[in-house]
Amino acid sequence: MKPKVVMDSGTFQATLDRLVSEIVERTGGLEGSLALVGIRTRGVPLARRLAQGIEARTGRTPSIGALDITLYRDDLTAVGAQPIVRKTELPFAMDDAWVVLVDDVLFTGRTVRAAITALIDFGRPRKIELLVMVDRGWRELPIQADYVGRTLETERGHTVQVLLAEEDGGDEVVLVENGSE
Amino acid sequence: MRLRQKDLLDIESLSSEEIALVLDTATSFKEIGTRAIKKVPTLRGRTVVNLFYEPSTRTRVSFEIAAKRLSADAVNVSVSGSSAVKGETLLDTVRNLQAMAPDVLVIRHSASGAPYFVARRLEAAVVNAGDGMHEHPTQALLDAFTIRERKGTLSGLKVAIVGDLLHSRVFRSNLRLLTCMGSEVSIAGPPTLVPPEVEKLGAKVALSIEEAIADADVVMMLRVQKERMQGAYFPSVREYFRLYALTRARIELAKPDVIILHPGPINRGLEIESAVADGPYSLILEQVTNGVAIRMAVLYLLTGAGAAES
Repeated sequence: MKPKVVMDSGTFQATLDRLVSEIVERTGGLEGSLALVGIRTRGVPLARRLAQGIEARTGRTPSIGALDITLYRDDLTAVGAQPIVRKTELPFAMDDAWVVLVDDVLFTGRTVRAAITALIDFGRPRKIELLVMVDRGWRELPIQADYVGRTLETERGHTVQVLLAEEDGGDEVVLVENGSE
Repeated sequence: MRLRQKDLLDIESLSSEEIALVLDTATSFKEIGTRAIKKVPTLRGRTVVNLFYEPSTRTRVSFEIAAKRLSADAVNVSVSGSSAVKGETLLDTVRNLQAMAPDVLVIRHSASGAPYFVARRLEAAVVNAGDGMHEHPTQALLDAFTIRERKGTLSGLKVAIVGDLLHSRVFRSNLRLLTCMGSEVSIAGPPTLVPPEVEKLGAKVALSIEEAIADADVVMMLRVQKERMQGAYFPSVREYFRLYALTRARIELAKPDVIILHPGPINRGLEIESAVADGPYSLILEQVTNGVAIRMAVLYLLTGAGAAES
Protein backbone atom coordinates (compact mmCIF):
# COMPACT_ATOMS: atom_id res chain seq x y z
CA MET A 1 0.00 0.00 0.00
CA LYS A 2 1.30 3.44 -0.91
CA PRO A 3 1.87 5.76 2.07
CA LYS A 4 -0.45 8.78 2.11
CA VAL A 5 1.08 12.10 3.13
CA VAL A 6 -1.21 13.69 5.69
CA MET A 7 1.11 16.54 6.69
CA ASP A 8 3.82 18.02 4.48
CA SER A 9 6.85 19.90 5.74
CA GLY A 10 5.21 23.34 5.50
CA THR A 11 2.16 22.27 7.51
CA PHE A 12 4.46 20.43 9.89
CA GLN A 13 6.40 23.61 10.68
CA ALA A 14 3.21 25.65 11.05
CA THR A 15 1.86 23.03 13.44
CA LEU A 16 5.04 23.13 15.52
CA ASP A 17 4.76 26.94 15.69
CA ARG A 18 1.17 26.69 16.88
CA LEU A 19 2.15 24.13 19.55
CA VAL A 20 4.92 26.46 20.73
CA SER A 21 2.39 29.29 21.06
CA GLU A 22 0.04 27.09 23.05
CA ILE A 23 2.81 26.05 25.45
CA VAL A 24 3.99 29.64 25.89
CA GLU A 25 0.44 30.79 26.52
CA ARG A 26 -0.22 28.20 29.20
CA THR A 27 3.16 28.31 30.91
CA GLY A 28 3.93 32.01 30.38
CA GLY A 29 4.23 32.97 34.04
CA LEU A 30 6.53 30.06 34.86
CA GLU A 31 9.98 30.85 36.18
CA GLY A 32 12.52 28.30 35.05
CA SER A 33 10.71 25.09 35.95
CA LEU A 34 9.32 24.17 32.50
CA ALA A 35 10.81 20.94 31.13
CA LEU A 36 10.14 19.28 27.80
CA VAL A 37 10.71 15.53 28.06
CA GLY A 38 10.83 13.57 24.82
CA ILE A 39 9.88 9.91 24.75
CA ARG A 40 12.50 7.93 22.82
CA THR A 41 13.07 7.88 20.04
CA ARG A 42 11.14 10.47 17.98
CA GLY A 43 9.85 12.46 20.93
CA VAL A 44 13.41 13.58 21.70
CA PRO A 45 14.14 15.65 18.55
CA LEU A 46 10.56 16.98 18.68
CA ALA A 47 11.11 18.19 22.26
CA ARG A 48 14.37 19.82 21.22
CA ARG A 49 12.68 21.70 18.38
CA LEU A 50 9.81 22.88 20.56
CA ALA A 51 12.35 24.10 23.13
CA GLN A 52 14.15 26.10 20.45
CA GLY A 53 10.82 27.61 19.41
CA ILE A 54 10.00 28.58 22.98
CA GLU A 55 13.44 30.11 23.40
CA ALA A 56 13.06 32.16 20.20
CA ARG A 57 9.65 33.36 21.35
CA THR A 58 10.36 34.16 25.01
CA GLY A 59 14.14 34.26 25.43
CA ARG A 60 13.87 31.61 28.12
CA THR A 61 15.27 28.11 27.55
CA PRO A 62 13.21 25.27 28.99
CA SER A 63 15.00 22.18 30.31
CA ILE A 64 15.10 19.22 27.96
CA GLY A 65 15.03 15.55 28.89
CA ALA A 66 14.92 12.17 27.17
CA LEU A 67 12.97 9.23 28.51
CA ASP A 68 13.38 5.56 27.59
CA ILE A 69 10.30 3.66 28.69
CA THR A 70 11.48 0.14 27.79
CA LEU A 71 11.90 -0.88 31.43
CA TYR A 72 8.38 0.31 32.26
CA ARG A 73 6.55 -1.45 29.42
CA ASP A 74 3.63 -3.69 30.31
CA ASP A 75 4.27 -6.04 27.40
CA LEU A 76 7.89 -7.10 27.92
CA THR A 77 6.96 -10.77 28.00
CA ALA A 78 4.89 -10.41 24.84
CA VAL A 79 7.52 -8.62 22.78
CA GLY A 80 9.42 -11.00 20.55
CA ALA A 81 12.95 -9.66 20.33
CA GLN A 82 14.36 -7.86 23.34
CA PRO A 83 13.97 -4.11 22.97
CA ILE A 84 17.31 -2.37 23.34
CA VAL A 85 17.38 -0.30 26.51
CA ARG A 86 18.50 3.25 25.86
CA LYS A 87 19.51 5.91 28.29
CA THR A 88 17.13 8.10 30.25
CA GLU A 89 18.50 11.61 30.73
CA LEU A 90 16.62 14.03 32.92
CA PRO A 91 19.18 16.72 33.83
CA PHE A 92 16.88 18.89 35.95
CA ALA A 93 15.12 18.66 39.33
CA MET A 94 11.90 16.72 38.91
CA ASP A 95 10.36 17.99 42.14
CA ASP A 96 8.00 20.87 41.34
CA ALA A 97 8.87 20.88 37.63
CA TRP A 98 6.15 21.54 35.04
CA VAL A 99 6.77 18.68 32.63
CA VAL A 100 5.47 18.49 29.09
CA LEU A 101 5.86 14.92 27.81
CA VAL A 102 6.49 14.93 24.07
CA ASP A 103 5.79 12.03 21.73
CA ASP A 104 5.19 11.66 18.02
CA VAL A 105 2.01 9.55 17.93
CA LEU A 106 -0.65 8.92 20.57
CA PHE A 107 -2.28 5.51 19.99
CA THR A 108 -3.18 3.07 22.78
CA GLY A 109 -1.86 5.31 25.55
CA ARG A 110 0.29 2.55 27.02
CA THR A 111 3.57 4.31 26.24
CA VAL A 112 2.32 7.43 27.99
CA ARG A 113 1.22 5.39 31.00
CA ALA A 114 4.74 3.91 31.20
CA ALA A 115 6.30 7.36 30.78
CA ILE A 116 4.26 8.83 33.63
CA THR A 117 5.28 5.95 35.92
CA ALA A 118 8.91 6.48 34.96
CA LEU A 119 8.79 10.25 35.55
CA ILE A 120 7.30 9.83 38.99
CA ASP A 121 10.21 7.57 39.96
CA PHE A 122 12.42 10.64 39.58
CA GLY A 123 10.46 12.91 41.89
CA ARG A 124 7.17 14.74 42.24
CA PRO A 125 6.57 17.07 39.33
CA ARG A 126 4.10 19.91 39.91
CA LYS A 127 2.31 18.96 36.72
CA ILE A 128 2.67 16.54 33.81
CA GLU A 129 1.15 17.48 30.46
CA LEU A 130 1.19 15.60 27.20
CA LEU A 131 2.00 16.89 23.73
CA VAL A 132 1.72 14.71 20.63
CA MET A 133 2.20 15.50 16.98
CA VAL A 134 -0.59 13.11 15.94
CA ASP A 135 -3.51 11.67 17.89
CA ARG A 136 -4.72 8.68 15.88
CA GLY A 137 -7.31 7.35 18.32
CA TRP A 138 -7.76 3.72 19.55
CA ARG A 139 -7.00 4.43 23.21
CA GLU A 140 -6.84 1.47 25.60
CA LEU A 141 -6.32 3.61 28.69
CA PRO A 142 -8.02 6.79 29.98
CA ILE A 143 -5.32 9.13 28.66
CA GLN A 144 -5.64 12.24 26.51
CA ALA A 145 -3.20 14.87 25.23
CA ASP A 146 -3.12 18.53 26.30
CA TYR A 147 -1.51 19.69 23.06
CA VAL A 148 -2.30 17.95 19.76
CA GLY A 149 -0.70 18.70 16.41
CA ARG A 150 -3.30 16.90 14.36
CA THR A 151 -6.12 14.44 15.03
CA LEU A 152 -6.38 11.63 12.49
CA GLU A 153 -9.17 9.13 11.82
CA THR A 154 -7.47 5.76 11.40
CA GLU A 155 -8.21 2.06 11.23
CA ARG A 156 -6.71 -0.14 13.95
CA GLY A 157 -4.28 -1.78 11.54
CA HIS A 158 -3.02 1.43 9.97
CA THR A 159 0.45 2.75 10.68
CA VAL A 160 1.08 6.45 11.30
CA GLN A 161 4.67 7.59 10.88
CA VAL A 162 6.03 10.95 11.93
CA LEU A 163 9.19 11.55 9.92
CA LEU A 164 11.66 14.15 11.12
CA ALA A 165 14.46 16.05 9.38
CA GLU A 166 16.88 14.96 12.14
CA GLU A 167 16.28 11.24 11.63
CA ASP A 168 14.63 10.75 8.27
CA GLY A 169 15.84 13.65 6.14
CA GLY A 170 12.58 15.60 6.06
CA ASP A 171 9.50 16.56 8.10
CA GLU A 172 6.37 14.67 7.14
CA VAL A 173 3.48 12.69 8.58
CA VAL A 174 2.38 9.67 6.56
CA LEU A 175 -0.41 7.15 6.90
CA VAL A 176 0.22 3.59 5.73
CA GLU A 177 -2.98 1.63 5.22
CA ASN A 178 -1.42 -1.82 5.60
CA GLY A 179 -3.49 -4.72 6.80
CA SER A 180 -6.61 -2.58 7.32
CA GLU A 181 -9.49 -4.52 8.80
CA MET B 1 18.64 -8.25 19.68
CA ARG B 2 19.09 -10.83 22.38
CA LEU B 3 21.39 -13.53 23.71
CA ARG B 4 21.27 -16.79 21.82
CA GLN B 5 21.38 -19.08 24.82
CA LYS B 6 19.08 -19.77 27.73
CA ASP B 7 22.00 -19.46 30.16
CA LEU B 8 25.14 -17.45 30.79
CA LEU B 9 27.69 -20.11 31.67
CA ASP B 10 30.91 -18.77 30.17
CA ILE B 11 32.43 -16.07 28.00
CA GLU B 12 33.67 -18.67 25.55
CA SER B 13 30.25 -19.18 23.96
CA LEU B 14 29.48 -15.45 23.56
CA SER B 15 30.11 -13.64 20.28
CA SER B 16 31.67 -10.19 20.25
CA GLU B 17 28.23 -8.78 19.29
CA GLU B 18 26.63 -10.41 22.32
CA ILE B 19 29.38 -9.07 24.59
CA ALA B 20 28.81 -5.59 23.16
CA LEU B 21 25.04 -5.99 23.68
CA VAL B 22 25.53 -6.77 27.39
CA LEU B 23 27.92 -3.82 27.83
CA ASP B 24 25.60 -1.40 25.98
CA THR B 25 22.58 -2.55 27.97
CA ALA B 26 24.51 -2.13 31.22
CA THR B 27 25.28 1.49 30.29
CA SER B 28 21.57 2.24 30.47
CA PHE B 29 21.13 0.31 33.70
CA LYS B 30 23.98 2.13 35.44
CA GLU B 31 21.91 5.33 35.40
CA ILE B 32 19.22 3.65 37.53
CA GLY B 33 21.77 3.25 40.34
CA THR B 34 22.21 7.03 40.47
CA ARG B 35 18.51 7.78 40.99
CA ALA B 36 16.92 8.57 44.32
CA ILE B 37 14.50 5.69 43.71
CA LYS B 38 16.79 2.93 42.44
CA LYS B 39 14.13 0.64 41.08
CA VAL B 40 12.32 -0.04 37.83
CA PRO B 41 9.34 -2.43 37.43
CA THR B 42 10.83 -4.47 34.55
CA LEU B 43 11.11 -7.93 36.17
CA ARG B 44 8.12 -7.67 38.49
CA GLY B 45 6.90 -11.12 39.40
CA ARG B 46 10.11 -12.90 38.35
CA THR B 47 12.11 -14.93 40.86
CA VAL B 48 15.90 -15.06 41.04
CA VAL B 49 17.54 -17.69 43.27
CA ASN B 50 21.15 -17.14 44.33
CA LEU B 51 22.66 -20.53 45.15
CA PHE B 52 26.14 -20.07 46.58
CA TYR B 53 28.24 -23.10 47.52
CA GLU B 54 31.29 -20.91 48.09
CA PRO B 55 31.69 -17.82 50.25
CA SER B 56 30.97 -14.51 48.53
CA THR B 57 30.14 -10.99 49.61
CA ARG B 58 30.49 -8.87 46.51
CA THR B 59 29.01 -11.17 43.88
CA ARG B 60 26.08 -12.41 45.94
CA VAL B 61 25.09 -8.94 47.13
CA SER B 62 25.60 -7.61 43.61
CA PHE B 63 23.21 -10.17 42.07
CA GLU B 64 20.71 -9.59 44.85
CA ILE B 65 20.75 -5.81 44.41
CA ALA B 66 20.59 -6.19 40.62
CA ALA B 67 17.49 -8.40 40.89
CA LYS B 68 15.82 -6.07 43.37
CA ARG B 69 16.50 -2.94 41.30
CA LEU B 70 14.61 -4.66 38.49
CA SER B 71 11.75 -5.52 40.91
CA ALA B 72 12.42 -9.28 40.74
CA ASP B 73 12.17 -11.29 43.95
CA ALA B 74 15.61 -12.46 45.05
CA VAL B 75 16.13 -15.45 47.30
CA ASN B 76 19.55 -16.33 48.70
CA VAL B 77 20.65 -19.85 49.56
CA SER B 78 24.08 -20.24 51.10
CA VAL B 79 25.61 -23.62 51.63
CA SER B 80 26.06 -23.33 55.39
CA GLY B 81 22.30 -22.85 55.79
CA SER B 82 21.18 -25.30 53.08
CA SER B 83 20.34 -28.99 52.91
CA ALA B 84 23.78 -29.63 51.41
CA VAL B 85 25.11 -29.86 54.96
CA LYS B 86 22.58 -32.66 55.54
CA GLY B 87 23.98 -34.56 52.59
CA GLU B 88 21.60 -33.56 49.79
CA THR B 89 23.22 -33.87 46.37
CA LEU B 90 23.48 -30.93 43.99
CA LEU B 91 21.05 -32.67 41.62
CA ASP B 92 18.40 -33.11 44.32
CA THR B 93 18.80 -29.53 45.47
CA VAL B 94 18.35 -28.34 41.90
CA ARG B 95 15.26 -30.49 41.32
CA ASN B 96 13.71 -29.11 44.47
CA LEU B 97 14.43 -25.55 43.43
CA GLN B 98 12.96 -26.26 39.99
CA ALA B 99 9.77 -27.42 41.66
CA MET B 100 9.39 -23.87 42.99
CA ALA B 101 9.64 -22.46 39.44
CA PRO B 102 12.34 -19.79 39.64
CA ASP B 103 13.07 -17.78 36.50
CA VAL B 104 16.81 -17.43 37.04
CA LEU B 105 19.25 -19.48 39.10
CA VAL B 106 22.58 -17.86 39.90
CA ILE B 107 25.07 -20.47 41.02
CA ARG B 108 28.57 -20.44 42.47
CA HIS B 109 30.25 -23.78 43.05
CA SER B 110 33.76 -24.98 43.82
CA ALA B 111 33.55 -27.66 41.09
CA SER B 112 34.40 -26.47 37.59
CA GLY B 113 31.45 -27.29 35.33
CA ALA B 114 28.80 -27.50 38.05
CA PRO B 115 26.65 -24.75 36.42
CA TYR B 116 26.54 -26.77 33.15
CA PHE B 117 25.31 -29.82 35.03
CA VAL B 118 22.61 -27.68 36.60
CA ALA B 119 21.66 -25.80 33.42
CA ARG B 120 20.94 -29.02 31.52
CA ARG B 121 18.43 -30.08 34.15
CA LEU B 122 16.71 -26.79 34.81
CA GLU B 123 14.14 -24.82 32.85
CA ALA B 124 15.25 -21.60 34.52
CA ALA B 125 18.05 -19.52 33.05
CA VAL B 126 21.31 -20.36 34.82
CA VAL B 127 24.02 -17.77 35.46
CA ASN B 128 27.48 -18.95 36.39
CA ALA B 129 28.70 -16.80 39.28
CA GLY B 130 32.03 -18.65 39.41
CA ASP B 131 32.72 -22.35 38.99
CA GLY B 132 35.93 -23.71 40.49
CA MET B 133 38.92 -22.71 38.41
CA HIS B 134 36.93 -22.43 35.18
CA GLU B 135 35.01 -19.18 34.50
CA HIS B 136 33.32 -16.19 36.14
CA PRO B 137 31.65 -14.50 33.17
CA THR B 138 29.88 -11.60 34.90
CA GLN B 139 33.18 -10.53 36.49
CA ALA B 140 34.86 -10.36 33.09
CA LEU B 141 31.90 -8.43 31.70
CA LEU B 142 32.03 -5.86 34.49
CA ASP B 143 35.81 -5.55 34.09
CA ALA B 144 35.33 -4.93 30.36
CA PHE B 145 32.58 -2.42 31.11
CA THR B 146 34.88 -0.54 33.52
CA ILE B 147 37.72 -0.50 30.99
CA ARG B 148 35.50 0.59 28.11
CA GLU B 149 33.92 3.34 30.18
CA ARG B 150 37.37 4.87 30.85
CA LYS B 151 39.18 4.09 27.61
CA GLY B 152 36.27 4.28 25.19
CA THR B 153 37.14 0.95 23.59
CA LEU B 154 38.63 -2.46 24.28
CA SER B 155 40.22 -2.89 20.91
CA GLY B 156 43.98 -2.29 20.69
CA LEU B 157 44.46 -1.86 24.44
CA LYS B 158 47.39 -3.42 26.24
CA VAL B 159 46.14 -5.25 29.32
CA ALA B 160 48.45 -6.85 31.88
CA ILE B 161 47.05 -9.56 34.15
CA VAL B 162 49.31 -10.42 37.08
CA GLY B 163 49.19 -12.83 40.00
CA ASP B 164 47.71 -16.25 40.76
CA LEU B 165 46.68 -17.11 37.21
CA LEU B 166 46.45 -20.85 37.81
CA HIS B 167 43.53 -20.78 40.23
CA SER B 168 41.78 -17.82 38.68
CA ARG B 169 38.42 -18.19 36.91
CA VAL B 170 38.41 -14.40 36.65
CA PHE B 171 41.58 -14.65 34.58
CA ARG B 172 40.17 -17.29 32.24
CA SER B 173 36.98 -15.34 31.58
CA ASN B 174 38.88 -12.10 31.13
CA LEU B 175 41.42 -13.61 28.77
CA ARG B 176 38.65 -14.94 26.53
CA LEU B 177 36.67 -11.72 26.59
CA LEU B 178 39.62 -9.36 26.05
CA THR B 179 41.14 -11.34 23.19
CA CYS B 180 37.68 -11.65 21.61
CA MET B 181 37.28 -7.85 21.75
CA GLY B 182 40.73 -7.15 20.33
CA SER B 183 42.83 -6.31 23.40
CA GLU B 184 46.39 -7.53 23.74
CA VAL B 185 46.85 -9.50 26.97
CA SER B 186 50.21 -10.05 28.66
CA ILE B 187 50.42 -12.06 31.84
CA ALA B 188 52.90 -12.59 34.66
CA GLY B 189 53.06 -14.58 37.87
CA PRO B 190 55.19 -17.09 39.72
CA PRO B 191 55.94 -19.95 37.25
CA THR B 192 54.12 -22.34 39.61
CA LEU B 193 50.97 -20.25 39.22
CA VAL B 194 50.99 -19.85 35.41
CA PRO B 195 48.73 -22.46 33.76
CA PRO B 196 50.63 -24.65 31.26
CA GLU B 197 50.11 -23.85 27.55
CA VAL B 198 48.15 -20.70 28.37
CA GLU B 199 49.73 -18.95 25.37
CA LYS B 200 47.44 -21.11 23.20
CA LEU B 201 44.51 -19.06 24.52
CA GLY B 202 46.12 -15.90 23.20
CA ALA B 203 48.03 -14.62 26.23
CA LYS B 204 51.58 -13.35 25.96
CA VAL B 205 53.54 -14.80 28.87
CA ALA B 206 55.96 -12.23 30.34
CA LEU B 207 58.95 -13.24 32.40
CA SER B 208 58.42 -10.60 35.06
CA ILE B 209 55.73 -8.24 36.30
CA GLU B 210 57.85 -5.37 34.99
CA GLU B 211 57.79 -6.80 31.48
CA ALA B 212 54.03 -7.46 31.65
CA ILE B 213 53.02 -4.00 32.81
CA ALA B 214 55.47 -2.03 30.68
CA ASP B 215 53.43 0.44 28.62
CA ALA B 216 50.13 -1.11 29.76
CA ASP B 217 46.79 0.73 29.49
CA VAL B 218 45.22 -1.53 32.09
CA VAL B 219 46.74 -3.56 34.93
CA MET B 220 44.54 -6.24 36.42
CA MET B 221 45.82 -7.76 39.63
CA LEU B 222 44.59 -11.17 40.80
CA ARG B 223 44.14 -12.37 44.35
CA VAL B 224 46.46 -15.05 45.68
CA GLN B 225 43.91 -17.80 46.34
CA LYS B 226 45.34 -19.42 49.43
CA GLU B 227 42.17 -21.47 49.93
CA ARG B 228 42.84 -23.37 46.69
CA MET B 229 46.52 -24.03 47.48
CA GLN B 230 47.31 -27.39 48.98
CA GLY B 231 51.07 -27.23 48.44
CA ALA B 232 53.73 -24.53 48.51
CA TYR B 233 53.47 -22.49 45.32
CA PHE B 234 55.87 -19.77 46.45
CA PRO B 235 58.40 -19.56 49.30
CA SER B 236 57.00 -16.70 51.34
CA VAL B 237 54.61 -13.77 51.40
CA ARG B 238 57.62 -11.46 51.53
CA GLU B 239 59.13 -12.92 48.39
CA TYR B 240 55.80 -12.83 46.55
CA PHE B 241 55.36 -9.18 47.44
CA ARG B 242 58.93 -8.35 46.38
CA LEU B 243 58.63 -10.07 42.98
CA TYR B 244 54.95 -9.85 41.95
CA ALA B 245 53.11 -7.18 43.92
CA LEU B 246 51.85 -4.01 42.27
CA THR B 247 53.72 -1.21 43.99
CA ARG B 248 53.87 2.54 43.43
CA ALA B 249 57.31 2.17 41.84
CA ARG B 250 56.09 -0.45 39.35
CA ILE B 251 53.09 1.62 38.22
CA GLU B 252 55.57 4.10 36.74
CA LEU B 253 56.34 1.51 34.04
CA ALA B 254 52.79 1.57 32.68
CA LYS B 255 51.18 4.31 30.58
CA PRO B 256 50.61 7.60 32.47
CA ASP B 257 46.82 7.12 32.27
CA VAL B 258 46.90 3.49 33.37
CA ILE B 259 43.92 2.11 35.28
CA ILE B 260 44.19 -0.61 37.91
CA LEU B 261 41.60 -3.32 38.44
CA HIS B 262 41.27 -6.11 41.00
CA PRO B 263 38.29 -8.47 41.28
CA GLY B 264 38.47 -8.47 45.10
CA PRO B 265 38.74 -9.38 47.83
CA ILE B 266 42.20 -7.80 47.94
CA ASN B 267 45.09 -9.08 50.02
CA ARG B 268 46.73 -5.81 51.03
CA GLY B 269 50.50 -6.11 51.20
CA LEU B 270 50.49 -9.41 49.26
CA GLU B 271 49.54 -8.87 45.61
CA ILE B 272 48.93 -5.13 45.88
CA GLU B 273 50.40 -2.33 47.97
CA SER B 274 47.76 -0.54 50.04
CA ALA B 275 48.71 2.86 48.64
CA VAL B 276 48.09 1.51 45.12
CA ALA B 277 44.77 -0.13 45.94
CA ASP B 278 43.54 3.16 47.42
CA GLY B 279 45.44 5.36 44.96
CA PRO B 280 44.35 7.53 42.05
CA TYR B 281 44.72 4.88 39.32
CA SER B 282 42.61 2.34 41.15
CA LEU B 283 39.06 1.60 39.91
CA ILE B 284 38.51 -1.27 42.33
CA LEU B 285 35.39 0.23 43.90
CA GLU B 286 34.12 1.49 40.53
CA GLN B 287 34.22 -2.16 39.42
CA VAL B 288 31.83 -3.03 42.24
CA THR B 289 29.42 -0.25 41.22
CA ASN B 290 29.53 -1.42 37.61
CA GLY B 291 28.98 -5.03 38.69
CA VAL B 292 25.39 -4.25 39.65
CA ALA B 293 24.69 -2.67 36.22
CA ILE B 294 26.22 -5.65 34.40
CA ARG B 295 24.18 -8.14 36.42
CA MET B 296 21.00 -6.15 35.81
CA ALA B 297 21.75 -6.31 32.08
CA VAL B 298 22.36 -10.07 32.24
CA LEU B 299 19.15 -10.75 34.19
CA TYR B 300 17.17 -8.54 31.80
CA LEU B 301 18.57 -10.12 28.65
CA LEU B 302 18.22 -13.71 29.90
CA THR B 303 14.65 -13.40 31.18
CA GLY B 304 13.51 -11.60 28.04
CA ALA B 305 15.00 -14.23 25.77
CA GLY B 306 13.31 -16.99 27.76
CA ALA B 307 9.94 -15.27 27.52
CA ALA B 308 10.28 -14.82 23.77
CA GLU B 309 10.62 -18.56 23.30
CA SER B 310 7.53 -19.48 25.27
